[in-house]
Amino acid sequence: RISSDGKPDKFQPPPKPVIIDKLKQIEERRFLSPEFIPPRGRTDPLKFYIERKDMIQRRKVFNIPEFYVGHVLAVTTADPCADNKASRFVGICIQRGGKGLGATFVLRNVIEDQGVEICYELYNPRIQAIEVLKLEKRLDDNLMYLRDALPEYSTFDVNMKPVTRLDHEEIPLNTLQVRMKPKPWSKRWERPKYNIKGIRFELPENKMKEAQKWSQPWLEFDMLREYDTSKIEEKIWKEVSEALKK
Amino acid sequence: PALLRRSVSFCPVFASVTGACQAIQKLTRVRVVDNSALGNTPYHRPPKCIHVYNKTGVGKVGDRILLAIKGEKKKALIVGHKMPGPTMTPRFDSNNVVLIEDNGNPIGTRIKTPIPYSLRQREGEFSKVLAIARNFV
Repeated sequence: RISSDGKPDKFQPPPKPVIIDKLKQIEERRFLSPEFIPPRGRTDPLKFYIERKDMIQRRKVFNIPEFYVGHVLAVTTADPCADNKASRFVGICIQRGGKGLGATFVLRNVIEDQGVEICYELYNPRIQAIEVLKLEKRLDDNLMYLRDALPEYSTFDVNMKPVTRLDHEEIPLNTLQVRMKPKPWSKRWERPKYNIKGIRFELPENKMKEAQKWSQPWLEFDMLREYDTSKIEEKIWKEVSEALKK
Repeated sequence: PALLRRSVSFCPVFASVTGACQAIQKLTRVRVVDNSALGNTPYHRPPKCIHVYNKTGVGKVGDRILLAIKGEKKKALIVGHKMPGPTMTPRFDSNNVVLIEDNGNPIGTRIKTPIPYSLRQREGEFSKVLAIARNFV
């Protein structure tokens, strides 16, 4: 290369390649399962500590993968009444509830035009395997509205192959707007109390305005309802990750 | 079934007493799930439960009930209800029922909808119904 002077420039070596170590990137992303975070209350923290010890003990023996609401999971449970003593159920996770050892998640699927939901306990020793078939976060925390949505949104093939994850980074967000069956629904999902973003409301404008009458805009500013979990999460994350590494 | 809220008003403190959430009781509309002629021919009234053969009037999975279909009385077996049951058991989106004779023989020949595995425990009573079932959940 010749600079503006006319004299040849000093040799510039090519830029060094940036090596992205994928293993390090996995460690960077932290995921703490929501059932580890203790609920707000006046119970002795010792109770939560003992529960966490039991939860970590179970996780060492049995791998509970990281999953969110909206993932498609396949769960194999031990059942004395089933063939081969094991039963397999595939479904989309619509809700994760409970704290501590009683943490549950509800899987929903539509089999032969019949909607079936099963509430599984995460730490139940009857569960033999949990596989994540499809990784997908949805716009909401709670997909209970799928009960009133058209059945095509809840149908998942029982023999679905697990979708391979290429990046060990972000979980894709599915901004699907679900179409609903005609009203009446089990809950009035258009009301702001449920704060649902994943439904394509085809209701007339006056109905949507009427639903806004039940909005409580003061709730987000209520200081007594605040529960800041960032510091608690940090402490618990350190504790859990150290215990699991051992 | 809708939750009934009654309030107790003759005592000085008002207390709201909710009616317990029932699974299948008298006058619940059910869905017949097998391929029998009686269950599948359309009628202007849906099949309704008129009696539950139970100490409590509440029918859960595996209970026998009396159904009124097309102007006739028929016994039936509950294979799934909308009410959430114990954890690890399936909850269906409709109250499913299989038509049965007095001795326990099913009237239909095939059940396409999924049946919970918990019915297998009472194999002695329901062996013929389980034999015609195709899918289990």
